[in-house]
Amino acid sequence: MLSKITNRISTVIKNDIYITRLIALMLIWLVFMGFFRFEKFYTVINFQTMAAQFPEFGLMAFGIMLCMILGGIDLSVVGVANFAAIVGAITLKKIVGVDGEMLGIAIPIVFIVGIIIGAMAGAVNGFLISIINIPPILATLGTFELFTGIAIVLTKGKAISGIPFGFSEAITGRLFGLIPIQLLIFLAMALVITFLVTKTTYGKKLYLTGTNITAAKFSGVKTTKIIIKTYMISGISASLGGLIMLANYNSARAGYGTVYTLQCVLIVVLGGINPSGGKGKISGVILAIFVLQMLASGLNKIPEISSFYIPLIWGGVLVAVMVMNYFTENKKIKL
Amino acid sequence: MAQNVLKAVDIKKSFTGVQALKGVTLEIRPGEIHCLAGENGSGKSTLIKVISGVYTPEGGHVEYDGKSYKKITPIEAILNGVQVIYQDFSIFPNLSVMENLAFNTELASKSKLVNKKRMRKIAEEAIDKIKFEVDLDAKVGELPVASKQLVAICRALMFNAKLIIMDEPTTALTRKEINALFKIILDLKAQGIAILFVSHKLDEVFEISERFTILRSGELVFKGNTKDLDDKKFSYYMTGREIQIEPFEPKLTKQTKMLEVKNLTLNGYFYDVSFSVSKGEILGISGILGSGRTELALSLFGIRVVDSGIIKINGKEVAINSPTVAMENGIGYVPEDRLTEGLFLQQSIGDNIIISEIDNLTGKFGILDERKQSEEIQKWVKELSIATPNPDNACNTLSGGNQQRVVLAKWLARDLKVLILNGPSVGVDIGSKYDIHHILKKLADSGLAIIIISDDIPEVMSLSSKILIMRDGKISNTFEPSETTIHEITAQMV
Repeated sequence: MLSKITNRISTVIKNDIYITRLIALMLIWLVFMGFFRFEKFYTVINFQTMAAQFPEFGLMAFGIMLCMILGGIDLSVVGVANFAAIVGAITLKKIVGVDGEMLGIAIPIVFIVGIIIGAMAGAVNGFLISIINIPPILATLGTFELFTGIAIVLTKGKAISGIPFGFSEAITGRLFGLIPIQLLIFLAMALVITFLVTKTTYGKKLYLTGTNITAAKFSGVKTTKIIIKTYMISGISASLGGLIMLANYNSARAGYGTVYTLQCVLIVVLGGINPSGGKGKISGVILAIFVLQMLASGLNKIPEISSFYIPLIWGGVLVAVMVMNYFTENKKIKL
Repeated sequence: MAQNVLKAVDIKKSFTGVQALKGVTLEIRPGEIHCLAGENGSGKSTLIKVISGVYTPEGGHVEYDGKSYKKITPIEAILNGVQVIYQDFSIFPNLSVMENLAFNTELASKSKLVNKKRMRKIAEEAIDKIKFEVDLDAKVGELPVASKQLVAICRALMFNAKLIIMDEPTTALTRKEINALFKIILDLKAQGIAILFVSHKLDEVFEISERFTILRSGELVFKGNTKDLDDKKFSYYMTGREIQIEPFEPKLTKQTKMLEVKNLTLNGYFYDVSFSVSKGEILGISGILGSGRTELALSLFGIRVVDSGIIKINGKEVAINSPTVAMENGIGYVPEDRLTEGLFLQQSIGDNIIISEIDNLTGKFGILDERKQSEEIQKWVKELSIATPNPDNACNTLSGGNQQRVVLAKWLARDLKVLILNGPSVGVDIGSKYDIHHILKKLADSGLAIIIISDDIPEVMSLSSKILIMRDGKISNTFEPSETTIHEITAQMV
């Protein structure tokens, strides 16, 4: 009986070393925090705060993840998010009066507008990559500037504030006074993407196209369609992240969240997605998001560690994990 | 008898529990042309790497000119005159011929500045050794394959090579280029340089080699003179089984025309091509590289779109402008380069099999039906006897022959009318090759129209019921396999 269980555990570990490693890292950190900052870390409030913080960049990481499975990358996610947030903010101010009437209609409209913007932005990326044949890294870097530029023109470079408070209240509120709504949006998108990737033909085609696009074409996969679809989903996911940013800060600006681009790329790699395409699981990326959030929040709770050290620790963890990933991959090749 | 330039005695080497070499001995005499043959996985590449110092053997020793070594480094191997020319030639494609040739000498001279004049002189001396005429300033990446190979040979000669090992030297060459290469090799032989060919098939190398060493699953199975070998014995040593070659006689005759093309033209590649294939027929199309054969196949599958002409499937005219349209019309295509065009190497064998029919393996709302998928995968693994313990394994765990079966399965899983195979057995070992031939004949007899494109003339002869020869983009001749010979076809190709 016991040997059966250990057998199972060892197959899980062998099957997904990345996920195992992230779980181990998370457990070590949780135990560490338990020993040194139990009363500060293990509070409902702290977990609620964390759950409200990661959805905005977590959603952007999802987009980058899908594009990376396809063998590309989406560096425009933050641009798309700000673009969507700004148009959402303008829409909100137009519809909702100062006294907060029409809010019930305005929120769904803002989400629809945001999603449309995300989808369109993604379609532009997909078009540039699949039809004009621009390398993804250049195409999305270009459109990042493009979307940010549109956002700057729309706002004249300033932050949009004075947004009807009801929107922020609705999104940052808590279901049953416990679960942040942002988290629910994040989980809903996670479910949708998991379903698309594991249960539909789109998912199979995504992984196979990411592995070898020429072979996919020769197998009759409509690769152009898959590429455009993937960047559109990435755009939609990023726009949802943008709307959550809008709610979290209760304002929108073209320059918000610029550190998220690289952070998301690193999360995705940390989660075991292979930058050359075709490999990786969403569960790994979700875990990586959790791990980084816990590390960040945990370090905040230790005043002895000066905030000067935080980027150092952050970078150290990332590089260490990538080195481990490298050795795992190479071991596989040698076998 | 002269002393051996190289003698590898009782070499043993294993990788993670797999014994790749089980005590193999190889002797090469000065100035001889020797062929090391064996199927994929027989241990020939491992042996080469031991000789050239890349791997350290676990047992046995290597002697160069009588000096015995237990452990050799690549540098020691080079100093002892051993040079390996790999299939990819290990050249720098973005540099010029001159730079490629003079690079090592220039590095060895330890001068920090590059002296163009000196480099040119070194390069000129190098190409002069084999009277190779080439523009020294041309980028190597832009040269034809044959010239790249000669650049690699020139570079090898600069190190006072006594033994040049060539890995599959003729696979990418045309007959003319092979003849030129052989002339150079005979020239080198006259200078006392030994050549070791490494090959997994019985091809042109056969005519020029004096002695053979054949490996099978890490063991030495044959060592001796080429004149003691013939096709049949060679196949037997390579595979360990007797193989009967029977010409293909279609069982289904006077059938409807499945695919008919008229005056097909793709400007710059082929012109006015017309032919037809009936149900149950295997049509062979042959021609040298650049004759338009590959472009013709790509056009029939919609990767290239023809400029003019008519394609009829089952009597109905269709405009094939994308692979999707080709597939909807029942056309399947097994590409020339299995690794880059045919397979998703890192993905599972199962996914590789079902990708082309995946849209039919769904339940309600387009959700994948796992049961249907695994039934389909099991069916094809069994049908084509793909040797794998588990179809969830990645495709790169399979041998070349089994990989080719996966590509075949991908197409057979669809309801095909016409199957086009570009190089049906490229990079496949002899045993698998005949198995694939057998599968194709069976498929034709069950009503499929098959087109094979191949420059392996014996293969075309034994498979086809009709042979078309392409030359300079036109069909130059049509043969019945029973009324022609290999020589007649080869003569028509160039």
